[in-house]
Amino acid sequence: MSYFSEIINGTKTLLTGMRITGKYFFVNLFTRRDVITQQYPDNIDTLEMFDRFKGEITLFHNENNEHKCDACTLCEKACPNGSLEVLGDKAKDPETGKNKRFLVKHIYHLEMCTMCGLCIEACPQDALEWGQDFHHVEYDRSKLTKVLNKPGSKIIPGLKG
Amino acid sequence: MKEEFLTDQLKTQEYFLNMGPQHPATHGVLRLLLKLDGEILRNVDMDLGFIHRSIEKMCERDTYKQIVHLTDRLDYLSSHINNEAVALLVEKALNIEVNDRIKIIRTIMDELTRISSHVLWWGVMGMDIGALTTFMYGFRERELINDIFEETCGARLTMNYNLIGGLRYDIHENFVKRVKDFVAHFKKKLPEYDKLLTGNIIFRKRLEGIGYISKEDAIAYGLNGPTARGSGVSCDIRKIHPYSAYDMVDFEEAIYTEGDSYARYKVRIKEMWQSLSIIEQLIDKIPEGEYKVKTKAVIKLPAGSFVQRVESARGDFGVFAYSDGQKFPYRFKFRSPGFANLTALNKMSKGLKIADLVAILSTIDVVVPDIDR
Repeated sequence: MSYFSEIINGTKTLLTGMRITGKYFFVNLFTRRDVITQQYPDNIDTLEMFDRFKGEITLFHNENNEHKCDACTLCEKACPNGSLEVLGDKAKDPETGKNKRFLVKHIYHLEMCTMCGLCIEACPQDALEWGQDFHHVEYDRSKLTKVLNKPGSKIIPGLKG
Repeated sequence: MKEEFLTDQLKTQEYFLNMGPQHPATHGVLRLLLKLDGEILRNVDMDLGFIHRSIEKMCERDTYKQIVHLTDRLDYLSSHINNEAVALLVEKALNIEVNDRIKIIRTIMDELTRISSHVLWWGVMGMDIGALTTFMYGFRERELINDIFEETCGARLTMNYNLIGGLRYDIHENFVKRVKDFVAHFKKKLPEYDKLLTGNIIFRKRLEGIGYISKEDAIAYGLNGPTARGSGVSCDIRKIHPYSAYDMVDFEEAIYTEGDSYARYKVRIKEMWQSLSIIEQLIDKIPEGEYKVKTKAVIKLPAGSFVQRVESARGDFGVFAYSDGQKFPYRFKFRSPGFANLTALNKMSKGLKIADLVAILSTIDVVVPDIDR
């Protein structure tokens, strides 16, 4: 007797589960109400990431191609993996006549970066910020090493170094 | 007569079978060396170390601020809780007092992480048994939590949101609304989980009475987290040593005494209900205040040893630091819950069929990067 009742109860539990999957199957077949997946490569033009999304580290540039970095290398020291290399040089400031550091190259090894954000926190000038781009796939590892400061860019004048 | 003939003439011999390191049911690069007699397990040996990254040694060359982001890479499904463990340790050592806002946000994030981890476990558990649908349904709910994390913390898996002395950012303006929406949504979905999987006859038969471990053995093997609570061991760090805002909330420790795979399954389902209740109690109580306490640029711990325990989604996650007063720790040790739980695998699965091993491994809920470090 218990053998048959087990068969009946077992079938009942299977049908209970099938009702749920069946409900979702038919509802989403016609209305797509519970569909949360995105058609990723197709929606690439309209895809918007959250504003805090950590895609990559970027150096802020204003419209005059000026950045805020004075090559103090605090970001380089804060980085746990050596992802950042700040190359600076010294030159005489025409206004004060003192030697002043300026940025030559801000090298960013994206392939080593773990997106911990310690460099951004360490920067006293708020020169670094998050970029939302996440299309980092390359065939060659060396292409992931980037120079963050744009060619010909200068520090914003009047910013204290 | 017939049986005698079989045992005399057709002698079976024990043989060894490799399971892993590239096996989908081992949840990562875990190699199990199985000693089998036909289909019956005689012994299970574990071979670990395939993704050993020497994180503990790396901690010795990193400052305390830099250590926090490495803990994301241990148990990646409860990364927020791991971050908090290091933050709490340093805060305890330096007597930094954080305000209630930080404590409550941390606790809400912890519980969201726990739900996210358990939902993923639930999906994968079903898939290991052979119910592929649960995997899709589990990820559907997990996606909503991931969106909450992405909006506030900036990342979906390795959030790295806890800092020493607070949080990296303040919560996003949509955070409270999103969490409330999620709680309302998930309350409707959890009973569906029960209907779909918990009551299912095939699922029940695969789990009930399988992988039994007694309370005494669970204590002897040092099991912790939901795995131990399935055997009736009361071991919730949130109750024993409350940290953050766990002393402000009222919740029940999920304990079942059967000790089999099904009990461990029920523990995690109940924990999801409890996590929802904790979030509901706290979400309206987030007070105004600073989200970060100002700390020194270079943090130096006083000489001595410090310990902090937290309850991660897998159990008792412990952090130990021995400092000699420098800006780097002399020794940094993580006590991972998965490693202790995995040691009991042989005890649980001896004498059972090979297919049961997959189910047992699933109820232990191993995350291999946590075990190997």
